[in-house]
Amino acid sequence: MTAATAPQVNQATSRVYELRKSQKTPWGNPIVYFFSLLLVALCIGPVLYIIIGGFRTNSQITRDPAGLPNPWNLSNYKTVFTSGLFWGELMNSLIVALGTMVGIVVFALMVSFVIARYNFKLRGFMYSLFAAGMMFPITVAITPLYLLLRNLGLINSHLGLILPQIAFGLPQAIIILVPFLKSIPLELEEAAEIDGCSRLGFFWRMILPLSWPGVATVGILAFVSSWNAYMLPLFLLNDSSKYTLPLGVQMFSTQHSVDTAQVLAFTSLSMIPALICFTLFQKKIVGGLTGAVKG
Amino acid sequence: MSAAIAGHPTEITQIAKKPKSQRSSDSMRKGIEILILSVPALVMFLGFVVLPVIMAAYYGFFKWKGYGKPSVNGTFVGLDNYKIILTDPNFQQALGHTLLIAVLSLVIQGPLAILFALLLNQKFKGRGIIRTLIFVPYVVSEVIVGTGWGLMLQSTGAVNAVLAKVGITGVDWIADPKAAIWTLMFIISWKYIGFAVILMIAGMQSIPEELYEAARVDGASFWQMQWRITLPLLGSTVRIWAFLSLIGSLQLFDLVYIIWGQYVASTAGTSTMATYMVREGRLAGNYGYGNAVAVVIFVISLVIALTYQHFVLNRDLEGAITGPEKKRNRKHKVSNKRAHARSAAANVSASQAKSSEASLATAPIHEGEVA
Repeated sequence: MTAATAPQVNQATSRVYELRKSQKTPWGNPIVYFFSLLLVALCIGPVLYIIIGGFRTNSQITRDPAGLPNPWNLSNYKTVFTSGLFWGELMNSLIVALGTMVGIVVFALMVSFVIARYNFKLRGFMYSLFAAGMMFPITVAITPLYLLLRNLGLINSHLGLILPQIAFGLPQAIIILVPFLKSIPLELEEAAEIDGCSRLGFFWRMILPLSWPGVATVGILAFVSSWNAYMLPLFLLNDSSKYTLPLGVQMFSTQHSVDTAQVLAFTSLSMIPALICFTLFQKKIVGGLTGAVKG
Repeated sequence: MSAAIAGHPTEITQIAKKPKSQRSSDSMRKGIEILILSVPALVMFLGFVVLPVIMAAYYGFFKWKGYGKPSVNGTFVGLDNYKIILTDPNFQQALGHTLLIAVLSLVIQGPLAILFALLLNQKFKGRGIIRTLIFVPYVVSEVIVGTGWGLMLQSTGAVNAVLAKVGITGVDWIADPKAAIWTLMFIISWKYIGFAVILMIAGMQSIPEELYEAARVDGASFWQMQWRITLPLLGSTVRIWAFLSLIGSLQLFDLVYIIWGQYVASTAGTSTMATYMVREGRLAGNYGYGNAVAVVIFVISLVIALTYQHFVLNRDLEGAITGPEKKRNRKHKVSNKRAHARSAAANVSASQAKSSEASLATAPIHEGEVA
């Protein structure tokens, strides 16, 4: 009898073992790794080229455009770091991006709260109006927008960049936030009301904490798209002391077109803030985007 | 969502409990809250998004240098600007390039993105890092992409140096007008494919695992499963991605302007509608004309977008309607074309894929309640 049960037990333990093994992520097939790494190399190779190129000298680059730094040379990065130009443009970019981010988050959250949780006649219309805004990209509106901002005296000012960027960022933000706010159960609102919480109190105490993931996604997307914006600053800013980094990079690369190594160093430093912001929050962004598609 | 459809039960109980005077002050307070919360966003949106588009339509009828008022300092020329635009070979060329870019983006990025997503949807260690890394080009700004690739693709740049090592003599990828559009396509694909891959992965993850298990039991091979299960069920993701890609291609400006510059663009073989607009409008100082070009771009984009939505995305909208509201919604859709058009317009972006369901389900019904 013992002889009969022993293999069964064995089988059972081996099944448990198999279960455990399958829960762990396995090492993939070598072919999968080969192609994945090839893909990654293609995607980040050029970015690495820019960063590493900044450590070379111009003569190194001319001799072998695709080589590695030999020896590594820190002077390009040092020059950029010690120039007021880079820091000034970094500050400009930060002011504009943070202003845009705060504006989009605050205004979009307010109006999304109304659309998601108040019952009134124009609610459906309001949502469709903002949703249709996705059809109005800044490219189409740029010429009249420039004239409008010129009439308002907002040329060459950061506010002139922030206001339109908020306006054009609102549709996407509202579309992400409304479903988030709608998904908060009504029972919570009732419970809060019974406990003597006003609607606005409910907004602060319940809605804000509960919709935090959506707010984070919206905020990061707003920050990164403002950080990378090119067309609006190009139209609005003539004064190079107001330049944001994208314009700064372009100006720098035209002015120093012979100093390739310097251009590469300047370019790679200017992309670092957006990259850091993205890596820190990438799970949220990718999750937010994919969550939206999964529907 | 069901709460919104049913109307606010809290309000109903409140109304029942409270005396008349308090009821009206409650609804007034609600009105004021709605006003305070929605006015800032509405003002911004109407002022900086809707108004400029309307202004463009108005300015487009004038020959105007941008100073003072078009009605005073400019000349009313009716539809002349539009006649010039549509007969200008430079615009036709730019339109051709734009449409070519739009089609090639779909043809090149679509299949590749699906293949890459299949690859990265396998379970293996390090998958998360790889998924993050392929998204990097999408996050890096157009200016950096343009500057970086511009340097690498020069005739004496890194790309040709690498090619020379394997014995290929590269051309001047940027200055050669014949090669330029393909160079641009390569850079566009490199920059935007990460986004497509992420969307496709998300779409694949929403396909129920049971289907694959059943297929495996029936002895299907890996590729058979992808062909018969993944591809058909990925349809709605592909259609939404294609729509986003289409809209993006029609507006393409940054990359071309940065790499080929403001003056070269028309002869470089890479001009797009947007670079034409900036060159002929702002840089030439012809603001009336520039605005007319903006209107043309807008109309072309709108027609393409609405056509696409009508013939392709419509199926996804229908598929999105599920649950008990289904019948009511259908009826409403047939009876109310406006609501239909609205919900179609609502389904503009990937982020809207989710909300299309919400807007379809709630908006028309809400309206029905009011009426």
